[in-house]
Amino acid sequence: MAERSFSASYLPGFATVAIVAFVLLYLPIATLVTFSFNAGKSVAVWEGFSLHWYGDAWKNQAIKDATVRSLVIASFAAAIATTLATMAALATTRRKAFKGQTFIYVVINQPLMVPEIVTAVALLIFFAQIKVATGYQGLGYLIVAHSAFCIPFAYLPIRARLEGMDLTLETAAADLYATPWQTFRRVTLPLMAPGIAAGAMLSFVISLDDVVITEFVKSGGQDTLPTYMLGQMRRAITPEVNAISTALLALTVVLLTAFFLLTRKRT
Amino acid sequence: MRDAETEAATRSARRAWLLSAPALALLFFAASGPLLIVLVYSFLAPGTYGNVVWEFSWDGWVSILYTRDIFDGTLKLADAHLTIFWRSVKLSLMTTLITFAVGFPTAWFIATRPPQQRAMWLFLITIPFWTNLLIRTFAINEVIRNEGLMNTVLIKLGLIARPIQLVYTDTAVLIGMTYVYLPLMVLPLFAAIDRFDMRLLEAAHDLYASRMAILRRVILPIVKPGIIAGSILVFVPSLGAYVTPRVLGGGKNMMIGNFIELQFGQGRNWPLGAAISMTLLVIVMGALLVYVRVANRGSNPHG
Repeated sequence: MAERSFSASYLPGFATVAIVAFVLLYLPIATLVTFSFNAGKSVAVWEGFSLHWYGDAWKNQAIKDATVRSLVIASFAAAIATTLATMAALATTRRKAFKGQTFIYVVINQPLMVPEIVTAVALLIFFAQIKVATGYQGLGYLIVAHSAFCIPFAYLPIRARLEGMDLTLETAAADLYATPWQTFRRVTLPLMAPGIAAGAMLSFVISLDDVVITEFVKSGGQDTLPTYMLGQMRRAITPEVNAISTALLALTVVLLTAFFLLTRKRT
Repeated sequence: MRDAETEAATRSARRAWLLSAPALALLFFAASGPLLIVLVYSFLAPGTYGNVVWEFSWDGWVSILYTRDIFDGTLKLADAHLTIFWRSVKLSLMTTLITFAVGFPTAWFIATRPPQQRAMWLFLITIPFWTNLLIRTFAINEVIRNEGLMNTVLIKLGLIARPIQLVYTDTAVLIGMTYVYLPLMVLPLFAAIDRFDMRLLEAAHDLYASRMAILRRVILPIVKPGIIAGSILVFVPSLGAYVTPRVLGGGKNMMIGNFIELQFGQGRNWPLGAAISMTLLVIVMGALLVYVRVANRGSNPHG
């Protein structure tokens, strides 16, 4: 009987380390969120509840502009990356392996492998030349750069969705005299929609969060929320930055929860 | 019949290329292509006010390790550069080790929860993973800086008289990177442990293996691909880290990422910056190659 009470999966001390790890993981974030509601300027001493840092952030024109810029870039980047990734995912799944397929994988996943700082520097040099040649200084560069590094993040969930898809449905549609376009429009697309939505959301979050590439690619006066915050770090951190962080954090959590609900396996 | 089949396959492959073309074109324009330009720039001479002069020069590569004496033109080992390289490698390795030491028990803990609970724990580890790196760095900064939570609490408790100076030290960068990259270690470890058949442990136990022996001879070999994946996932971004050392390390505790930026900013030595970028890229690619090889060999642990 003593043998039966042996639980092989239990290793002494592991649960303790795990719980401590979770606490340490959330403690800094909880601190940041809590003190964004602090009445005083301190980020360590609680002086009563107040929303005035949110008010200050709201009234700050630089923050407003950065927020709008962040949202515009993230929306365009998510739309472009998701469209291109959907096409690429359709091309690379559900068919016999073809010559060059590995090449396509490598190119698509390249932004995940190359250190961000290296891509950032590369784009700095490249876009600097184009800026001189064309005189264009707008948000286009940021949108193009963000779209590119969002492609793998859009591609992965879409591809996962397509790989789990039953091909017989499409065959059945074809057997019932649906044209290829009808089959795609009425069968394939609805089935892959959750993957596309998940990919779009991930791209949006990734674009919204990017610091390094944006910092190097942006022209003067084109701060996004993260680069604005990084700039603020040079001076003393204000609870205003905590307030922006908390707002951004809330947005991320909402989008991620939606992502999880979308990609959750049907039971 | 055979011909029709081959033709259909060719048509299918052509369509696949056409569908992938826009994504490939964008990635070539805004990711791969510019890398080639960096390679070219690493072999050019630096311009006086940044940028480059279009003449061939090895100087970018030479000055990674050596500095040229401005008076007699002799080459001297560049101590400052070596210090930065060494700090980057050292801190990245230590980050990898610490995240493993903490991440392994955490992943084990998650994998051994009942199925309904497991999803919740996984979600809890994923939220920080997707939370803006900058926000997490801010968050850890609020805890460890001089007027931060940790020092305030310790002083209030009377344990210390004046704040412990952590920010702007290598330790702060190490704490920050460990904090920021921990989920990257836990997730692949979890995936590996999750596939693991726990009955093997009971079998080993029944055969009178000690706990140590079970860990070393049963668990580690099977979990190895996860360990390697986690280590690569932590080591690679640590080595190229830019935000965390900038925020927590300040100007004196640079890592390779900040050093690259410096060359494109105040340093005004674009070829050197380009050469370091290429070096970093080669190291990272090397690490990934090792990973792919080991992962392929380890993909069938029971075979």
